[in-house]
Amino acid sequence: MIVAEQKPFAEIMEMLEGFQKILVLGCGTCVTVCFAGGAKEVEILSSLIRMDRKKKGQAVEIVERTLVRQCDPEYLQELSDSVGQFDAVLSMACGVGVNFLADKFSQAIVLPALNTRFMGVAEEHGVWSERCAGCGDCILDLTGGLCPVARCSKGLFNGPCGGSVHGKCEISRDVDCVWHLIYDRLKGLNRLDRLDEILPIKDWSVSPHGGPRKIVREDLKV
Amino acid sequence: MPCTGRVDVIHILRALEDGADGVYVAGCLEGECHFQTGNLKAKKRVQYVKGLLRDLGIEPERVEMYNMSASQGGRFAEVAREMVDRIKKLGPSPLRGD
Repeated sequence: MIVAEQKPFAEIMEMLEGFQKILVLGCGTCVTVCFAGGAKEVEILSSLIRMDRKKKGQAVEIVERTLVRQCDPEYLQELSDSVGQFDAVLSMACGVGVNFLADKFSQAIVLPALNTRFMGVAEEHGVWSERCAGCGDCILDLTGGLCPVARCSKGLFNGPCGGSVHGKCEISRDVDCVWHLIYDRLKGLNRLDRLDEILPIKDWSVSPHGGPRKIVREDLKV
Repeated sequence: MPCTGRVDVIHILRALEDGADGVYVAGCLEGECHFQTGNLKAKKRVQYVKGLLRDLGIEPERVEMYNMSASQGGRFAEVAREMVDRIKKLGPSPLRGD
């Protein structure tokens, strides 16, 4: 899932300065699951905004709403009749949703309530960590299913580096050295021969370095 | 509520938003939750709300978690007095409409 976290409250209030009628818009998918921007978080943030404004003696009118997704046009369509009523839309989606709102509603002021952090997993309740960097050319078949692009601090393709100590990365003792994990895993699978091969230079043109990416499936277009 | 484990952040916020000068959650004794960890979850949520109040510039002491068993009537009264005294010292909530 896409993992995000709420921006500092002071930053959100600064963004909202001068806006009186605000739509606080949650998203029902990834950010709901990671407790950053679902219906529940919409309620909490809306309550905090109202209290902050009340404390400062400033008027605010908030409408709370959560869409199934903010990254599909059919759900954004639900807002087309009402979005014009608001001075600002505070999106609690990931950056994708914020972008799509801005794409679709040219006259709306769209503001992000979250910082989108990474694509990752819930290790346990309340703990998330990165697993995929969306590099566009997956090599997990060569590394035992563990990604050096997302999980090696240096993004090394032929690790580990000299900074790996007892299975931990030199940037922090709390960070696993993924190349250590890759070695252990391939050893356990009796596939250490995979590491005999020097991985070639990666094609980064399919990553974000190659510019904004797009997929077109003619078979699916209507 | 049957268990403080059901207490959510929004419940406490709603009370404060509606003008409560303080909110305290009275849970069972730690280690004696019928649902194992409900009161420990509530404790964490109360702590979380305290952080939100700091962000708002409101005294976090307006929110508290207490633990007592159903048979500790005396302790219940003592906690109620303690909380009332605390809130009286803090004064009315800055969110009070009046």
